[in-house]
Amino acid sequence: MDSSSAIHGYVAEFEKAEQLVAATRRTRLAGYRVFDAYSPFPVHGLDEAMGHPRTILPWLVFLGGLAGGVGGYLLQYYPHVIDYPLNVGGRPLNSWPSFIPVTFEMTILGAALVAVFGMIILNGLPQHYHPIFNLERFERASQDRFFLCIETKDPKFNKTETREFLLELGASEVSECEE
Amino acid sequence: MVVGKSESFTATLQEAPLIEPGHSYASMTEKISDIVLTKPHPRSWAIVFLTGLSLLMLMLYAVLYLFIRGIGIWGINVPVGWGFAIINLVWWIGIGHAGTLISAILLLLHQDWRTSINRFAEAMTLFAVACAGLFPILHTGRPWLVYYLIPYPDTLGLWPQFRSPLVWDVFAISTYASVSLLFWYVGLLPDLATMRDRAKNRFARVIYGLFALGWRGSARHWHRHQVASLLLAGLATPLVVSVHTVVSWDFAMSIIPGWHATIFPPYFVAGAIYAGFAMVMTLVIPIRHWYGLQDFITIRHIENMAKITLATGLIVCYGYLMEAFMAWYSANPYEQFMMHNRQFGPYAPVYWTLIFCNGVVIQALWFKKVRTNVKILFGISLIVGVGMWLERYIIVVTSLHRDFLPSSWGMYAGTFWDYATFLGSIGLFLTLLMLFVRFVPMISGFELRELWWKLNRSAKDEASDKAAA
Repeated sequence: MDSSSAIHGYVAEFEKAEQLVAATRRTRLAGYRVFDAYSPFPVHGLDEAMGHPRTILPWLVFLGGLAGGVGGYLLQYYPHVIDYPLNVGGRPLNSWPSFIPVTFEMTILGAALVAVFGMIILNGLPQHYHPIFNLERFERASQDRFFLCIETKDPKFNKTETREFLLELGASEVSECEE
Repeated sequence: MVVGKSESFTATLQEAPLIEPGHSYASMTEKISDIVLTKPHPRSWAIVFLTGLSLLMLMLYAVLYLFIRGIGIWGINVPVGWGFAIINLVWWIGIGHAGTLISAILLLLHQDWRTSINRFAEAMTLFAVACAGLFPILHTGRPWLVYYLIPYPDTLGLWPQFRSPLVWDVFAISTYASVSLLFWYVGLLPDLATMRDRAKNRFARVIYGLFALGWRGSARHWHRHQVASLLLAGLATPLVVSVHTVVSWDFAMSIIPGWHATIFPPYFVAGAIYAGFAMVMTLVIPIRHWYGLQDFITIRHIENMAKITLATGLIVCYGYLMEAFMAWYSANPYEQFMMHNRQFGPYAPVYWTLIFCNGVVIQALWFKKVRTNVKILFGISLIVGVGMWLERYIIVVTSLHRDFLPSSWGMYAGTFWDYATFLGSIGLFLTLLMLFVRFVPMISGFELRELWWKLNRSAKDEASDKAAA
């Protein structure tokens, strides 16, 4: 292991969620930029500590709902008004009140599909390989341990300094993760 | 006895805990995932699974015969064109509603106690909707042409009639089924990653790994996951209300006395939640006992469910009263006759049994002693299930069998094939549920860990958190 390109980064392991939040905050304040925190459940306060912007997902969901609603209405408008108009007792062809239930359901469906697939795609999933899984202890990231990984891609990354920095943060263990 | 331990807690504390003390992240994760991965399954699991599977075989037999002979094998006739198929559809879809209520509405209301039962209740929703969806499809008579219900530009130039509640129903139920499945999967994703990481068997690792999509619990993942879950909860809440409203419109939009009532939508939605919570209790009470999950599904969860059952049950009783009142107050002779016929006609025993199940028995839930006694609750929840099925029977059959013209009156009774298909759908439900318990963690692990963290954070942690921020 002589070149740093063969390693993905240094991974610090913590036992408590609070330690991870504090460590993440200090990592960002220390000037590191390419790092990620891993936890077995959504830890309140970790987003602020990471300092990344809010996801655009809600806007996409709004657009999905809009598309579903407009599409749902047109789905009924087209057959009943344009393609196959049926005059029943002189009632209006565009009888919008009876088109509301389907429009509503399609709005929900459009929004929900975008919420789920948007979340999955924005998260970069499905992903068949990620170097962090090379770390044997990482299997506990989905169970009971909290991890912070400073990646070698970070301009401030330096083998000795980063390792010392992570140890200073109170990590119970710091290990090297292979690429 | 199962209750013993938890009961002593209710005696000493004001409220029983949401998670029994003495747990850690590791112990909770282990307990939940080992049920699937390593622990042998109890004999009761096998008994229920095999019973379910046998009933499912009965259904396949009944459905095969249906395909050969057509829906004439059922008890439906000319005045009563909607029989068991519609009764079962409404019953099953109603049961499903509790799962969405627990997973979506209680999430929006920050009810922490939903955490340990939401996964299970959502699975119940999915399977109940699957059972519900079968019935209208079989009822079409030509199930292989069921795709006619979907609007597409076909060579016949045909379109569905979008002004009909029956078409709204197609959209409502299929949207509900899709959104429930997606919501369930989103909640399951992090737990599938846990299963992937804990599985020792290579095959299990690969399968769970595939479904976990490479989830690694990074802060960015969790952020979007949380946002998506909250949005889905917000979307599923109006959806669940709309679904049973649309189902009630199948009745209320017609002019049949006994169906044409504005109270139907809220009355149906309340009835759905009522039946659904009773079903959750029917399932959770034995399963928490078999798998020793009393630490996570505590007596507090059970008691809360009993309270919701009581509250929604009372709304349903109000519905019964209002139906009778409005029939009298409308001064409409057909409405008045319908109500008289319902209460004192040939189906009177069914009506009064339903009133006994849904109006009298549930009054026991006013007492804390009853709400914390799982054996009695199990019995009550079964009675509620029966009561709600009878309610749909009364609504469908007594309204149709004697309407405006006495010359077209008739009687209705289910045949062997009706009962076989209904019992078969229970078999399908139990089979799917037992497979779920066998292969999927039935309690949401990550939410339980999050809840544990919230409950165990000391004031000092909170203060240092604030100071740092």
